[in-house]
Amino acid sequence: MTTMIKTAGATRSKLVPALFAAVLGVALMALTGHVQAAALHDAAHDVRHATGFPCH
Amino acid sequence: MFSRFLTSALFAGASAGLLTGLLQLYFVQPVLLHAELYETGALVHFGADAVSAHPDLPGFDAVRDGLSLIFTMLTYTAYALILLAAMSLGEERGAVIDGRWGILWGVAGFVAFHLAPGFSLAPEVPGVAAADITSRQIWWFATAGAALVALWLLAFGTGWGAWIGAAVLLMAPHVVGAPEPDSFSGPVPTEIGALFAARALGIGLAAWVLLGSFAGFFWQREGARSA
Repeated sequence: MTTMIKTAGATRSKLVPALFAAVLGVALMALTGHVQAAALHDAAHDVRHATGFPCH
Repeated sequence: MFSRFLTSALFAGASAGLLTGLLQLYFVQPVLLHAELYETGALVHFGADAVSAHPDLPGFDAVRDGLSLIFTMLTYTAYALILLAAMSLGEERGAVIDGRWGILWGVAGFVAFHLAPGFSLAPEVPGVAAADITSRQIWWFATAGAALVALWLLAFGTGWGAWIGAAVLLMAPHVVGAPEPDSFSGPVPTEIGALFAARALGIGLAAWVLLGSFAGFFWQREGARSA
């Protein structure tokens, strides 16, 4: 029983940071690759094309 | 725990991103600059005269190319965060995460974020005809997301249900179809467009192999340090 609780706890303690890292990653990727604000688009223009993101 | 994600992602993303940025500047940027000559109308093909396939291209531009390097590093840091999140969950399920196994994870990342969307929305040169940007972005996110789930099912699923589900997830976005333009109006020669797509995908694969390996390496090293 104790082992079970420990295992569940360990899994959860890793799941939350992993989820947070993934959300942060998607947010940053949306910012560099997808947000259409003019300044961001112009600065990242060549990278967006070269990385295969939909641009324009 | 979260600092291990951040540290590994920053190191892996910045180093892989810098190398990728340099590769893009050498192999992809000249093709893009060539296409822009047609986009702006400086060159026109199928006119009265034959057009040289080797025009003078602008050289290195410190601001433009510097920004490209910075944004490539940021993009691959973002990808490193997503990749490390998946890696840590894989580690829970018994996967070995190090620099060597990281290569395989990198290839998976390339498939999810470059090859799967690029199968129907090929990397575009500037100036091509394309559908509305918002609908293409929605399709891009849906396709990459479906591919991520599919690859996870292929790697960690057991039984035919998981594998068939993965195949359906990989094919469905392309059966539904990506948003397409109503008509073709691209002024860029098809030779340049094809070369650009091939180069973008090739450098994408190199980038992801670097990123996967570096992410695995730093994840293991940061873990050994904190243990």
